[in-house]
Amino acid sequence: MTDVSASTLKGPSGPKPKTVFSSTNIMIYGTLLVVCLYYLLPLYVMIVTSLKGMPEIRMGNIFSPPVDVTYEPWVKAWAEACTGINCDGLSRGFWNSVWILVPSVFLSIAIASVNGYALANWKFKGSEVFFTILIFGAFIPYQVMIYPIVILLRESGDGITNIIRLFDSDASKFRLMGSVWGLVIVHTIFGMPILTLLFRNYFTSVPEELFKAARVDGAGFWGIYFQIMLPMSLPIFVVAMILQVTGIWNDFLFGVIYTKPDTYPMTVQLNNIVNSVQGVKEYNVNMAATLLTGLVPLVIYFASGKLFVRGIAAGAVKG
Amino acid sequence: MALIDAIRTGLGAKRPTRLFKNMSAKIAALPMIATALVVFVGCTLWTIYHSFTRSRLLPAPEKWVGLKNYDRLWGENRWLISIENLAIYGACSLVLSLVIGFILAALLDRKIRFENTIRTIILYPFALSFVVTGLVWQWLLNPSLGLQNVVREWGWTAFTFDPLNNADIVIFGILIAGVWQGSGFVMVLMLAGMRGIDEDVWKASRVEGIPAWKTYLFIVIPMMRPVFVTALVIISAGIIKVYDLVVAQTSGGPGIASQVPALYVIDKMFGSQNLGLGFAASTMMLLSVLVVLIPWAYLEFGGNKND
Repeated sequence: MTDVSASTLKGPSGPKPKTVFSSTNIMIYGTLLVVCLYYLLPLYVMIVTSLKGMPEIRMGNIFSPPVDVTYEPWVKAWAEACTGINCDGLSRGFWNSVWILVPSVFLSIAIASVNGYALANWKFKGSEVFFTILIFGAFIPYQVMIYPIVILLRESGDGITNIIRLFDSDASKFRLMGSVWGLVIVHTIFGMPILTLLFRNYFTSVPEELFKAARVDGAGFWGIYFQIMLPMSLPIFVVAMILQVTGIWNDFLFGVIYTKPDTYPMTVQLNNIVNSVQGVKEYNVNMAATLLTGLVPLVIYFASGKLFVRGIAAGAVKG
Repeated sequence: MALIDAIRTGLGAKRPTRLFKNMSAKIAALPMIATALVVFVGCTLWTIYHSFTRSRLLPAPEKWVGLKNYDRLWGENRWLISIENLAIYGACSLVLSLVIGFILAALLDRKIRFENTIRTIILYPFALSFVVTGLVWQWLLNPSLGLQNVVREWGWTAFTFDPLNNADIVIFGILIAGVWQGSGFVMVLMLAGMRGIDEDVWKASRVEGIPAWKTYLFIVIPMMRPVFVTALVIISAGIIKVYDLVVAQTSGGPGIASQVPALYVIDKMFGSQNLGLGFAASTMMLLSVLVVLIPWAYLEFGGNKND
């Protein structure tokens, strides 16, 4: 306390004006810089490794930039890398993933948005009960339901085959288990809780007067959905799409269980390429393949910005 | 009850027409109803029931064996290692994600420049799949060419950091990758929570001359309890499901050192054709989720109905 008089004598009183280089600021920005470098490190290592030749990787430092830039590993990862006996590269997995992704995203969003709409605007007896089950279902470990779903897919595939054969007795067997369509159904089922929650919450916030006015005008369930709700809620559809595209593209478990080697999605094929025990490990090809697989969600992430954050936060808001 | 129902469904609703009222909505909700009842309830009950049967290659609902599968499960070394790994991974990743997520959010909350850029950088791993994450870190932790090699080249020749080939610490190698992938998400949650806190709280603490770290510790954290609880529930649900990360990074090795329950279940069901054990193990996983979920649901929805 004795210092007070001394300091007042020295000059102007009051707190020291904040400068850009105050010690707190240096600490904050310094920490954040180190943190950012740490988070970026794996991405950087992936990129530089994928551009080096194998001799350079064996000799050099994992962090050093490539001396001779080569695109060979990328070509090899895309078109020549082997999984088991197939040597047509990751391109097959990429296209499989696309064929899984497109119908899954479309179907899951179509179904969930209609569900959410029914739950928000057309409540019926028991609708809240089913919704609660759905939300709790999101927390059940997939392992609990995986096997019975295998049986369900196999049986319904057989059922559909029988129906087709009523009309065309030589029709080949229709399979859901092991096919892309089975996986599409699985993705639709497991995407349903979070998407339904997303759409329900959004539709609930649409002013009720709008809905009532349309009712008075004689619009029915589907009329209101297609003419009012759908055009009004395009942003939430975009959020749902971001959520589903990244989620389905990154899926590994369902791909392993419900598809066969020719229909494996990209993540599964990537794992098989990199973790295969035969042959010499080609780290540059592995990293090129890893980057290729990560590219789709990364592009979506960097392009969508805040919408991505909104999508993942949607799961966190209280339902 | 009947009277209340009649009022609820609209005045003058007659019993026979009740089922058909609001018909399109009911038809539209059929996929949801089917998913809820057939998959979430039906399949779960199916698995629980079959965990009490001697199912080997195929489900055998008629061979009831009581708790025998559970006996075998808890006597098996591989399962015990899985549980131990999950406990270590779970506890560490929970604490680390919450602490790192909170500190990063607090730093970003200090009205700094480039906030969006920094947030984008910290969150991007979350957009990547666990397979990609696992494979990158497998490469970074490669003993002869990765981090260990670099540090040795810098002069510390005795430096050893080879978690993926050391059975004692392999789970920490996976932990590094898991936290790298998921902590950005926790940060975003925390940041959203901090932005929800009234500016007056900060003004008051500034007037009182309380240092920022003390305000965070004693005022902000208690106020953010709901955010912490949500983060806790989401992180723990994710931890129990951890599967692809381990498959990509170590395939459960070396030996069986990095096994986790999810991997154990899949191997028993689709690899070693021991369905009964797989069902019992997956039922245990469900049980562990319920241990987290039920208290949370009770606090959130049961305790007080005011929100």
